[in-house]
This record gives sequence, structure tokens and C-alpha cells, in this order.
Amino acid sequence: MASNQHHGSGGAGRGGAFDRRAPEWADGLKQLYDSVVEEDLPDAFRDLLDKLDGETAPSDNDNERGGTGSRTPRG
Amino acid sequence: MSEDSPRGETRTAGEKSDFKRELTEVVPHLRAFARGLCGRPDMADDLVQETLLKAWAAQDRFEPGTSMRAWTFVILRNAYLTDMRRNRFRGEYDEGVAERILTAPAGQEEPIHLSDLHRALLTLPAERREALLLVGAGGFSYEEAAQICGCAVGTIKSRVGRARAALTEMLASGNIPRRSSDDEIAHSAILEELDMVAAGNGVSSRG
Repeated sequence: MASNQHHGSGGAGRGGAFDRRAPEWADGLKQLYDSVVEEDLPDAFRDLLDKLDGETAPSDNDNERGGTGSRTPRG
Repeated sequence: MSEDSPRGETRTAGEKSDFKRELTEVVPHLRAFARGLCGRPDMADDLVQETLLKAWAAQDRFEPGTSMRAWTFVILRNAYLTDMRRNRFRGEYDEGVAERILTAPAGQEEPIHLSDLHRALLTLPAERREALLLVGAGGFSYEEAAQICGCAVGTIKSRVGRARAALTEMLASGNIPRRSSDDEIAHSAILEELDMVAAGNGVSSRG
């Protein structure tokens, strides 16, 4: 009778638990998130990482000590 | 913060550049998570910068091959909770963003306004908001989200469930509070969590 009633099929397999009964706004939530992910990344972030990278690279560049350190890739 | 002696010298150059590349790749996700948490783009980006600094300083603790996104989310949320305790800065709704991305799917009778959704989201207690963001927007499994938040899987499930119920209710009734003026509950919940975070480290290695 209750032939293919898959109970206990792992529940939250691949985030499925969330979608199982997803309210209509669930998609909007992803849109909110994705819209930020897809924004152009402000230079500040790459600059920061380049700067950090420069500071921790001991002898990569020897004149990176003072002054205008960060050379931004592609202006 | 003065730059004390550089760490990370135990890593090979290759590993370090991998780290930097992976870290760069997750920045957009960090921004999205941060924006969801604190609402205001400028604050969110500050939080991301802070996260990058901390992640960089802690890079020796990152295990290559594991999820950079999960690892940095832990750092970001801890920074957020700490800032929140210090400044009590709370989620603030940003009109501009939500207006801009207010896109109604074609053919839908009553579109959910993303601005409403965003505002409703920001009224949730932070712990539920983050749980919902991680699972519902970031696509993490409950298990991963639990790791990020340093709590039990059941706790995450319950937070997500409550967050969903609250949002559904708010959006259905159109009764969305103007602003999260009543953050007391969220605040105390967060303080409790902070103690746990302070006691261990966000990602639970207990168990």
C-alpha cells in the first residue's frame, strides 16, 4: 500500500530540507544575496589584500618599504 | 594594530598565493553575507575589510582544501557580533539597495517586494537572521551552518524554522516593523553566544 513512501531519505541532503516547503519569498532571499555577490568588487578589497601580501612577503620586493607601497594592478 | 613580525612564514609561497587567491574569491560572498547581517552597505564593507585583516593574520590556521567561505564566514560573524556588542549597531535598512533590486518575477500576481523582504529580514534577531542567510541564501547545509555558528545542528534548524515562520507571517500580513527598534531579545541572545564564542572559537572543535 504505502509503497514508495520515502521516509527517512536523508532529510537535509543537499540543502533540500530548506527547499522542501520553501515559501515564495525564499527565492527573493537568494536574489538579495546573489545581487551583492554579482556586484563589481570595489578596488579597496583587492588593494587591501595586495597591501597585506606586500607586508608579509619578506624579500620579494626590496623597495616596498615606505611610501606608496601598493601598486594596483591595472588602474 | 601595529604590524608585528609577519606570520605565515611556515607556508610555502605557493600556499600563500593560493590563500590569497581563495580569499579574494570569497570577498563577494563575504560582502553578501555582511550586507544581509547588518543591512547597510558601508558598514557591511567595513566588516568585510575587518574580516580580511583577521583572516590574513590567521592564515596559518586555515587548512588548505577546506572551505574558505565557511572559514571566513566564521571570522566575519564573530567580528559582527563583537562590533554589535561594542556599538550596538543594529541592522539598518538601506533603501537604495532594496529599491534597485526590486525585481518582480514576470507573471507573478503579487510579487514579493525584495525591499519588504530585506526589511523584514533585518527585524529578525541576529542569530535567526544569520541562520537563515547561511542556509537560505548562502546555500550552506544545516551542518555547515552549525559549524559556522558553533552550535548544534538542531539549533540551526530551529532558528531557520523560526526565521522562516516570522518572515512568512510578516510578508503575508504586510505587517513589517519599520525598523528593528526592539533588539533586546536579539541582543541578549547574542551576548550569550558571544560568551560561547569567547570560550571556544566559533567553529566548534569540541565534540
